[in-house]
Amino acid sequence: MSETRRSSSGRAPALLGWASLVLVGATVGLGLVLPKSAEQAEYSRLIAIHPPVAWVSYVAVVVAAIAAIACLLTRRASFDRLNIASLEVGAVFTALTLATGSIWSRPTWGVWWRWDPRLTTEALLLAVLVGAVALRRALPPGRGRAVVTSVFSLATLGLLPLVHFSVELWRSQHQRGTLLAPDPATNADSPYLGAMFLGFVAFTVLYSWMVVQRARIEALEEDADELMLGRAIAERRAEGLGPSDPAPGVA
Amino acid sequence: MWADAGLVAGKDLRIELRSRVGINQVLPFSLVVLVLFALALDPDSGTLDAAAPGLFWVAVLLSSLLATQRSFAVEAADGNRDGLRMSGLDPAGLFLGKAGAVAAQLLVLEALLLVGISLLYGTDLASFGLLALTCLLATLGLAGAGTVYGVMAFGLRVRETLLPLLVLPVMAPVLLAATRSFEAAIERDAGAATSWLGVLAAFAVLYFVVGMFGFGPLLEEA
Repeated sequence: MSETRRSSSGRAPALLGWASLVLVGATVGLGLVLPKSAEQAEYSRLIAIHPPVAWVSYVAVVVAAIAAIACLLTRRASFDRLNIASLEVGAVFTALTLATGSIWSRPTWGVWWRWDPRLTTEALLLAVLVGAVALRRALPPGRGRAVVTSVFSLATLGLLPLVHFSVELWRSQHQRGTLLAPDPATNADSPYLGAMFLGFVAFTVLYSWMVVQRARIEALEEDADELMLGRAIAERRAEGLGPSDPAPGVA
Repeated sequence: MWADAGLVAGKDLRIELRSRVGINQVLPFSLVVLVLFALALDPDSGTLDAAAPGLFWVAVLLSSLLATQRSFAVEAADGNRDGLRMSGLDPAGLFLGKAGAVAAQLLVLEALLLVGISLLYGTDLASFGLLALTCLLATLGLAGAGTVYGVMAFGLRVRETLLPLLVLPVMAPVLLAATRSFEAAIERDAGAATSWLGVLAAFAVLYFVVGMFGFGPLLEEA
C-alpha cells in the first residue's frame, strides 16, 4: 500500500498533470483557431473535443476490466484501486460525452436530445457506471469489495459491444465512425483530423492523470480507515486499563 | 453442478409455492402495472395497442426486480447465507439454481401477463413459437443478470434501493430487443426478429458466464 502511495505522490503524476494541462490547452487552442466549416460553421470545432472524450469513456471501461482481471488473479489492492478509479473517471468522461454530444446535437439535429441509439446506450453506460460508484460506496472496505467491483467491471465490459455496434444494429442517425470509414479524408478535413488526433492524446493523458490521483486518494482513504480503527482499538484498551479496573481484558 | 442447481432451484420454488408471495404479490403487482398503463395511455386512441409489446416487457422487467429481491431475501434470514457458503454445493450450480428458479417464476408470470395484454389491450398474439422463444431468451437474460447483481448487493442494508439502480440500466438492452422481437412476432415477421433474438441470446450468455464463474467468489468474499 505504501509502495503505491510513494509512486503516486512522486514526480510522475505531476509531470502527467502538467502534460495533460498543456495538451488539453493546445487542443482547445487549435480547435478555436481552425477555420469554421461550410456545413456546421462554428460547431464543427467540437470535433476536437467530443470524439476524444467519447474514446476515453470506452478506454476507462476497458482499463477497469483489465485491472479487475489482475485484481482477481493477483489479489493486489493496487489493481482494485485502479479498477474503481477508472470506473469513476470513466463516469465523468461518459457524462462529458453526453454533454458535448448534446451541445453538438442542438444545431445539427435541432434538438438537445434525441433517442439516437448511440446516445441512448452511452446514457445507459453512464447509469451503469454511476451504479458502480453507488455499489462501491455501499460496500465495506476489504477483499469482498475488491471482488464485487472486479466482477462488476467485467460485466460492464460485456456491455461495451452493445454500445459500439448499436449504430449498425439500430440504423442510427448518429454520424458513422469518421476514422473507420474507407477514406477518412472524405469525412473530415485534415486540419480537423489533426485537432481531433491531438484531442485523443490530450484527453487520454488527462484521464491517466485523473486515474492516478483518484487511486492515490483511495489509498489515503484506506490508510485513514485503518488509522481510525487503530485509534478506536487503542481507546477501548485504554478504557480497560483505567484506575477503576485493574484487570485488563476482563469484561 | 446440475444436481446442485436442481436442488437449489427446487428449494427456492418450494419456498415460493408455500409462501405464495409470487401469486399473492408479484403477479397482482404486474397486473396492476398493466392497468395503470391503460389509464395513463388512452385505451381508445390505439396507442395502447401499438405500445403493448413495450408495456408488457416493462411490466416483466419491474416484476423481475421483485423476484430477484425475493430470491435473495429468503437467504438473508436466519444465517442462511453462511449455510449456503458452507453447504459444499458447487457455486456454479448455486447460481444456476437461483437464476433458474427466478426464470421459472418469470416464465409463469409472462404466460399470465400475455393473457392479460390479450384481454386488456386486445393484442393479437400470433406466431406463438417466436413469442415463446423471445420470452425464453429474454427471461434467461433477466434472471441471469438479476442474480449476478442480486448477489453483489446481497447482505447490504441498502440493497432494496441499490439493486434497481444496478439492474435497470443493464437490462435496458433486453427490454429493447425483447420488445422489437415481440413486435415482429405480432406482425408475423420472423426475419425482423433474428438480430434481436441474437442480442437476447448474447446477453443471456454473457450474464450466465459471469454468474457461473463469479457467483462463488461473490458469495464467499462479499
